[in-house]
Amino acid sequence: MSRTLMKGNEALARAAIRGGCTHFFGYPITPQNEIPEYFARELPKAGGLFLQAESEIAAVNMLYGSAAAGAQAMTSSSSPGLALMQEGISMLAATEIPCVIVNVMRGGPGLGTIQPAQSDYFQMTRGGGNGDYRILSLAPATVQESAEMMEESFALAQKYRTPVFLVSDGLLGQMMEPVQFDRHTKKKRAGNKRWILTGHHHRRPPRTIKSLRLDPAKLESHNLELQDKYGRISRRETRFELYRMNDAELVFCAFGSTARIVKNSIDDLRQKGCRAGLIRPQTLWPFPVQPFKTLPESGKAVICVEMNCGQMVDDVRLAVEGRMPVHFYGRCGGVIPEPAELSEYALELLTGGAA
Amino acid sequence: MSVIFKKTTGLTEAATHYCPGCTHGIAHRLVGEALEELGLLGDTIGCASVGCSIFSYNYFNVDMIECSHGRAPAVATGIKRTVPDKTVFTYQGDGDLAAIGTAEIVHAAHRGENITVIFINNAIYGMTGGQMAPTTLPGQKATTAPAGRIAEFSGRPLKMSEMLAEVPGAAYVERVSLHHPKYIRKAKKAILKGFTCQLAKGGFAMVELLSTCPTGWGLDPVEAMEWLEANMIPYYPLGVLKTPEEV
Amino acid sequence: MDGRRAIPHIAADSCKGCGLCLSVCPENVLAIEAAQVNLKGYFPVSVKAEENCIGCLSCALICPDVVFTIERIDDHLEGRDE
Repeated sequence: MSRTLMKGNEALARAAIRGGCTHFFGYPITPQNEIPEYFARELPKAGGLFLQAESEIAAVNMLYGSAAAGAQAMTSSSSPGLALMQEGISMLAATEIPCVIVNVMRGGPGLGTIQPAQSDYFQMTRGGGNGDYRILSLAPATVQESAEMMEESFALAQKYRTPVFLVSDGLLGQMMEPVQFDRHTKKKRAGNKRWILTGHHHRRPPRTIKSLRLDPAKLESHNLELQDKYGRISRRETRFELYRMNDAELVFCAFGSTARIVKNSIDDLRQKGCRAGLIRPQTLWPFPVQPFKTLPESGKAVICVEMNCGQMVDDVRLAVEGRMPVHFYGRCGGVIPEPAELSEYALELLTGGAA
Repeated sequence: MSVIFKKTTGLTEAATHYCPGCTHGIAHRLVGEALEELGLLGDTIGCASVGCSIFSYNYFNVDMIECSHGRAPAVATGIKRTVPDKTVFTYQGDGDLAAIGTAEIVHAAHRGENITVIFINNAIYGMTGGQMAPTTLPGQKATTAPAGRIAEFSGRPLKMSEMLAEVPGAAYVERVSLHHPKYIRKAKKAILKGFTCQLAKGGFAMVELLSTCPTGWGLDPVEAMEWLEANMIPYYPLGVLKTPEEV
Repeated sequence: MDGRRAIPHIAADSCKGCGLCLSVCPENVLAIEAAQVNLKGYFPVSVKAEENCIGCLSCALICPDVVFTIERIDDHLEGRDE
């Protein structure tokens, strides 16, 4: 098993090609540029196509056309670019087009910063585009996990005929770590292909991919079908990792690169006699509610740590349902929390010092 | 006895939702006939855009995809780059192509995308109820220009064909009109050329069809055709603006 | 034999009564009469002077609803038969 030292963004791109990506459309934005640059170099060699669009709006619409014509297509961007894509993402969800969209998050709002942040939790879980839709959002915490989730994302997109988000951040995208690619085999495409636009060849009626339904009953029924699908995804694809949770009195919740910092803090706290543990959502939507319903008897409080001003904490509070206090600790604007400050906050909390 | 004119198989049996006298129906027929005559119906993917023609997917006898407002050239790009052997066209109005989709159309031309664009210019937003478009003529009334377009305030109308003909990647650009049978015959030839340009891998082709919106203009269908001839053609001169030598 | 060269057939229920065909017919073959309403609720065009049709196709070319089918009377053949 060979391990390669790779930047998170490049590992994502390489894993995407292994996962079956055939077409990439994108627009430059920091801190995700290594992804399109990798595709520009490597995708043609693999028989695929890389095309630079004139904007994120055009990129997501190229993705729509390409996937509608049967490609395993993807795009990647960073926070403000994702905001521009939301119109197209709503359309992809409505028309049930399988594709993958990577967000290497940076700080906001507005142009914010190019430094790492998790300020798009809302954007990745609450839409941003119009209408009732949900997007399966995978949230890796290491370069290895980035590669594995990226590789799998195309099969998930095909399985549920849905767009899939891969939620990375500037820290995860820019760091170098050893990554191993031979662990997983390439996923095969599955499912019904009878929706793809191929031209009717005079053998079947013309096919239309569309979202507009002016008859209220038809649109309602389409929405209910989508909700059924989201229910299936929730039941089957909700993922999380538990770390040192068995006897935890302090329950941290964090995702992505922040979760790694929290793990360091948990080890530190345990050495200091404080029994801390972590629930790490690996899917942001569907959010893992179950581990919060079965918190250990020993649990005293939950601390949600994010690189933003408090977004996932809303879902944590909904999941905890008032069974214990939920606190929030966040850094934002590109500031990365240190394990020591998390430990300090946690200890103060236990001794009644912190709010 | 021989049939010298009948409905093309390029159109479905569905009756259109267009207002009486709307030239969308003529444009649809010409596109359907062109695709039928070139033997392309089974291998074509069309891109419907926002506006009255959003429902064109109910009328064209080809596979189609609905596109958000202005984005059809980007969607067509994605399709054509994925299945280059298929014939891909967009059917866009002037609100769609000349306002909200300006970036997408310019850059599809800029990349020399090998697609055919059918551009319906009726100088107004039809579906939303007659608002001013970038193509609305000076003095022409619209619901958002109740006193008529004031060029000093809203600018002079955009001439998309002239503009796109200047883009190096554009291969074929022609403006035709649908106001009279003689001109409709010429429009048909232009649409055929728009598709043969794509078949020859010539690059970006656009045919602009001067059209009417009797409802939005507040004229009866015959008056609307007269208004088009008297007012639109002088501002939007007909003819080939760019042509590849081999087509 | 009369002067007619072609026969226009009209799918009356597809007609929206816009009148464009009337405006371009050089021989006054067509008419819209307010007496009759089609399935859509429009007054459809009808053929009032079939014998005048020269088969120029103007009506068919301008019709937005593709209601016309035109048949040509092949006059040298028909003439020979008579």
